[in-house]
Amino acid sequence: MASFSPMKHAISLGVLLALLWWCLSGYPKPLLLGLGLGSVLFTVWFAHRLDVVDHESHPLHISGALLAYWGRLTLEIVRSSAQVIGMILSPKPAIAPYFLRVKVGQPSDLGKVILGNSITLTPGTVTVLVNGDEFLVHALSPASGNGVRDGELDRLIPDDCERPA
Amino acid sequence: MILFVVAVAVLLSIVFALLRAFLGPTVFDRILAVNSFGTKTVLLIALLAAASGRGDYLDLALLYALLNFIGTVALLRYTEQAPRRQEGS
Amino acid sequence: MSLAHLFSTVLLGTGAAMLIIGSVGINRFPHFYSRLHAAGVVDTVAAGLFLAGLALYFDPGLVTVKLLLVFVFLLFTSPTACHALARAAYSSGLREPAAGDDR
Repeated sequence: MASFSPMKHAISLGVLLALLWWCLSGYPKPLLLGLGLGSVLFTVWFAHRLDVVDHESHPLHISGALLAYWGRLTLEIVRSSAQVIGMILSPKPAIAPYFLRVKVGQPSDLGKVILGNSITLTPGTVTVLVNGDEFLVHALSPASGNGVRDGELDRLIPDDCERPA
Repeated sequence: MILFVVAVAVLLSIVFALLRAFLGPTVFDRILAVNSFGTKTVLLIALLAAASGRGDYLDLALLYALLNFIGTVALLRYTEQAPRRQEGS
Repeated sequence: MSLAHLFSTVLLGTGAAMLIIGSVGINRFPHFYSRLHAAGVVDTVAAGLFLAGLALYFDPGLVTVKLLLVFVFLLFTSPTACHALARAAYSSGLREPAAGDDR
């Protein structure tokens, strides 16, 4: 299974869209189900024509590892949001905002996107610019920024992002 | 009862966001405030769905979340063009 | 009052408190980039608690899935919007007066 198969991704996209239609509508009437089937097929065809059905928009090969990563990310978000809330509520906010540049170890675009969004999602740090393998990050205080500097999340991202399924 | 209290809290936080939108000072502060207003509106619609017992309203919340994102990005595109136009004239 | 309702009350109350804290932060913090962080708390933590509370309030079913979808959409769009905002501000030349660039 080393070669890239567009069919597998198209089928998985179709199943996902059909599930989405079912969750949003929820009426088992023939007319509505037919309309749903039509729009799912149209969307898959359209996405295929746009050439966006690939391992980047549809990372099948790492979805299992991503779930574990999200669990870890949630923990990180809870911890740093407690820090930020403490800073907001303290009578004299002890904030020392600064910009920092970090080198990231993600070789692929997909890995960089996941890492950049995770950094932004964590309260206290925002990815401002992405330049090659260097991120410009704005941090609310050294306490928030040090986590990014240590590259904890960077190491946790599943590292086979690039390999097509 | 709890829904009423929470709705008042959401409205209060919307007032705070509006305050920032009026105070500015930069245009990015205002866009940030409007974006945060939009997120709170999504939560308010979800709350309304619970209060009136109609799950269908959640579709509106979903749609509003997407529109809010597109609106913010469109506004930002506009600010990026503004200084360039001044340089040209 | 059932156990689910009790949990939902606690979650909704905490979420509402986070909303208020976040919007106070937007007004208290001194400069644009720090306000961005305060807004981030609202987007992720408050919305998560809030929607979890509502999911327990409703009877489980399609409504729960819809609430989860709303949360997932917020989770994907809010950091993107936040990053776009920071990037646009940075490239338009907005800098923080007190902060050094790369310390």
